[in-house]
Amino acid sequence: MLSFNILVFVALSYVAFLFAVAFVAERRAARGHVGWLQSPMIYTLSLSIYCTAWTFYGAVGYAARSGLEFATIYLGPTLVMVGWWWILRRLVRIGRSQRITSIADLVSSRFGKSTQLGVIVTIISMVAATPYIALQLQSVTLSFSVFAKTSGQEWQAADVNATALWVAIGLAVFTVLFGTRNLDANERHHGIVMAIAVEAVVKLIALLAVGAFVVWGIAGGPAQMLARIDASPIPLWDQSGGRWVTLIFLSAAAFLCLPRMFQVLVVENANERHLGVASWAFPFYLFLMSLFVVPIAVVGLDLLPAGSNPDLFVLTVPLSQGREGLAMLSFLGGFSSATSMVIVATIALATMVSNHIVVPLWLNLQPDQEAVMSGDVRQVILLSRRLSIAAVLALGFLYYRISGGGTALAAIGLVSFTGAVQILPAMLGGIFWRGATGLGAAMGLMTGLVVWVWTLFLPSIGVDAVIPQSVMQTGPWGIAALRPQALFGITGLDPVVHGVMWSMLLNGAMFIAGSLLSFPSPLERLQGAQFVNIFEHSAAAPTWTTGSAKAEDLLIMAQRIMGSAEAQEVFLREATQQGKSGYLPDVTPEFIERLERELSGSVGAATSHAMIGQLTGGSGVSVEDLIAVADEAAQILEYSNRLEAKSDEQERTARALRVANEKLTALSIQKDAFLSQISHELRTPMTSIRSFSEILRDGEMTGDEQSRYARIIHDEAIRLTRLLDDLLDLSVLENGQVVLHQQTGQLCDLLDRAIGAAGLHDSALVVSRKPEAEALTLTSDLDRLVQVFINLIANAQKYCDADHPHLKIVVRTKGRECQIDFIDNGSGIAPENQQLIFEKFSRVTDQSKAGGAGLGLAICREIMHRLGGKISYLPGQSGAAFRVNLPLSETATALA
Amino acid sequence: MSRSPNPVFLERASYRQRRLRDAARLIPFVGIVLWTIPLLWPRDVPQAPSSGDAVIYIFGVWVFLIAVTAIVSRYLRLDDPATDAGDDG
Amino acid sequence: MGKRVLLIEDEPNIIEAISFILSRDGWTVHTHEDGQTAMDKMLSLPPDMIILDVMLPGRSGFDILRDLRAHDVTKAIPVMMLTARGQEKDRELALRLGANHFMTKPFSNAEVRDQVRNLIEA
Repeated sequence: MLSFNILVFVALSYVAFLFAVAFVAERRAARGHVGWLQSPMIYTLSLSIYCTAWTFYGAVGYAARSGLEFATIYLGPTLVMVGWWWILRRLVRIGRSQRITSIADLVSSRFGKSTQLGVIVTIISMVAATPYIALQLQSVTLSFSVFAKTSGQEWQAADVNATALWVAIGLAVFTVLFGTRNLDANERHHGIVMAIAVEAVVKLIALLAVGAFVVWGIAGGPAQMLARIDASPIPLWDQSGGRWVTLIFLSAAAFLCLPRMFQVLVVENANERHLGVASWAFPFYLFLMSLFVVPIAVVGLDLLPAGSNPDLFVLTVPLSQGREGLAMLSFLGGFSSATSMVIVATIALATMVSNHIVVPLWLNLQPDQEAVMSGDVRQVILLSRRLSIAAVLALGFLYYRISGGGTALAAIGLVSFTGAVQILPAMLGGIFWRGATGLGAAMGLMTGLVVWVWTLFLPSIGVDAVIPQSVMQTGPWGIAALRPQALFGITGLDPVVHGVMWSMLLNGAMFIAGSLLSFPSPLERLQGAQFVNIFEHSAAAPTWTTGSAKAEDLLIMAQRIMGSAEAQEVFLREATQQGKSGYLPDVTPEFIERLERELSGSVGAATSHAMIGQLTGGSGVSVEDLIAVADEAAQILEYSNRLEAKSDEQERTARALRVANEKLTALSIQKDAFLSQISHELRTPMTSIRSFSEILRDGEMTGDEQSRYARIIHDEAIRLTRLLDDLLDLSVLENGQVVLHQQTGQLCDLLDRAIGAAGLHDSALVVSRKPEAEALTLTSDLDRLVQVFINLIANAQKYCDADHPHLKIVVRTKGRECQIDFIDNGSGIAPENQQLIFEKFSRVTDQSKAGGAGLGLAICREIMHRLGGKISYLPGQSGAAFRVNLPLSETATALA
Repeated sequence: MSRSPNPVFLERASYRQRRLRDAARLIPFVGIVLWTIPLLWPRDVPQAPSSGDAVIYIFGVWVFLIAVTAIVSRYLRLDDPATDAGDDG
Repeated sequence: MGKRVLLIEDEPNIIEAISFILSRDGWTVHTHEDGQTAMDKMLSLPPDMIILDVMLPGRSGFDILRDLRAHDVTKAIPVMMLTARGQEKDRELALRLGANHFMTKPFSNAEVRDQVRNLIEA
């Protein structure tokens, strides 16, 4: 007999295996090997989270009760997939171009980035998903108890509950570990997708194996099987047309609206082409999943004693035949179905809860700009996402405990589907109808929610549980027209058909009426046009007109949300595209628009819009702007696309020229000043030297004075020498006559040397470093490199004006390059000077106070240029910040 | 906001693409029709289709849809610059 | 007690040198390093003569010269300008703005001493 302990052991090993798979996939993705992680097959398999434990176990039970009706649950999604050209292609394109993070984000973004709509959709999804998650917990525990029974243990309620609790905790841990690694919900969760793909294969193989065993092992072949089906007491084809059509519609709509399906279909989609493959491959998967459902049901009814639970035939049929291995496989299949669904559903819901409820609330609680500029937004979002995951699972567990887990699986599934489907009108209306408005969507959603709760959700909890029997019979306050299962006096309908029909009709009617009667805001109209005309390459109108925001402020905010490396990348890319160097692009409306979209990949459209609005002073788009844009667009259309591309190019060149011109003008003034500068720098020490040497020559002074004046002469002579050295050094570097001495050494040693040489022992400057990041082997002219470091450290020491000066050295490896940031906590360098500081004699602060001639950074720049790297000013940090980029040699990368 | 008017006649390849798209749009409707036909089957008469027949029919339609979609998707180009605003309606 | 000379200059060593030369010659030397506040200093205790450096932190010597020539209290005080840039146009500018003498660094101590005597006693 299969011992229960072995089963637990196998289940745990399987979980460990999934952990390993997810871990390896994350590792590969982190190293940039995403190749086959992003294949269309993996995408197709990840869609299989549609097949939950409900379909794995429940389909057979469903078939045993109502015959072929079980297939409707698969036929709907099949229709959606084969009709991908209509809806899915559109959704995926919108999802990618607008960086949509969830279905709530889609609706919110479409209707003017509305926070309220996001909240409504999130709530609907939560309410609809909770029973479904409870269902998964229940099915896993049920399957455990089947094995417990066969190994002779009769489970008490406490055992069942404990199992459900442990399953819920385990799922929460897995999901938090692999589902909240990166903040950008728009990025793929490679680990999870991979684990789910593996689970998809396991559940398919499990069901096929049981099916094959039933058809060939028990029935004796397909022909005999068909005969058995014909003879079976199950009324296989006894459909009322209403139910058949309604259920196909319901499952098709749910396939689009379930948050978890939206997550894998749209959010995790890496390439639109994958949709083309999935369009037939996923229906094929569904086909295989349902192929043996009827045979298993028929054979199960034949073989097992009357009264056995048909929902568990997939397990009990093999067990009754003594096929324990097969039963074990089947158990793993069911386990896979449940866990993969719960994981993805939880991630999707947690993203929605955090982006649409928690973060907006948190932002509201912060005074004005504080939140986006100083709060640690990233941590808040990650934490809220993790807590949401735990909360979603806790709710599922709670529902499981309260409902007692008694109802037939399929019934809860359909009720839950109907709830999720309430989003359908707003979603489809949003992507096909430009006239749809946020008010209409809100009205439709609320109406649908109320009707669904009244007609299906509350009655499903149980007779007399929430709605008393009398109300079911006669309606609330005796109003017969409001009876939950016979609205408007129409009786005799199947409750599900009744609920779906009325909720969809009223929802859709309110949506359309609300849309027709209200007037959308400009942003709504803009988004509407972008969503509906997603396939036209019309120039997207920017949603911001004038940006009063400074590039530096935007960078600071972006860093807090996306993390500094990513944010700097975005800014650098934009600046390069504009033809500027450095990290601060011009704040054009187009740039703000793009940035907002990048941010919305992390926090959702509504929140991102609100955050940008706080910085730009809310100068969002107005109707006049829209008209202006339309006029402009019409004008542009008169030119051909080629011209457009050319003018882009010209714009870039013009911008580059403008910047170059500004720089040249500044430089020519500097060149002019150069002679008088150098004269000043040489004459000043010379003056002291001459003066004091004359004083010494004239005599008549104390011994103290004498030695003091001698020292001054000496110091000034040294200053003069240093200046001449620097000038020579610079001219050698500039003329390219310098000889580099390649050496190999550890970065941390170099920094040690530089800090020692900068003479920090008697200064207040505190240097903080991360030794583990500095364990890098470099091959370069190390003495020159140290010279650069000394310069930067000495600058921080001289110019950092904080009360407690502090210098942070951050080392990062990025591809074949390492970045070394020197960030102090002083007041930094004003944006207008950031371009100039690397020029000769361009001291920004008071002349002479610091004792240098203003050549240090110019020399650093030349050195880094010679070493094949670069040095740049890094804006948007806590103080003055310089970044040294140094290429890593091949061997160094390998060692690192 | 349509761009410059689409040409009235297209070369052969583009023409093929357009018709493939029409096919892709049509498939789900074919599916709906084929899967609702059994609702019209006669019942409680001697020549009514058996349970087994129903299973074979439903699954047969399924295989047919999968095959057609596979073929159409195989040749359908996603990123055809010929705007589909015109024939999207 | 000798007459007061106000030295506006920001290089500590040069301050020390000039102070030494002039105090040995019998003058009382006050010093000030910041261009921004130099004017306040002059008004609070008007000196008998001013030595003014051109390159000062905060405000250039030329600007200060323009201001003090425009002010009743200070417009008659003799001013000697010092510069390390030594360009001809600087000299012209200084004289045009009303400087009494213009001297290029490095200077000889005797030259400074003689000029100060000249300007105060003139």
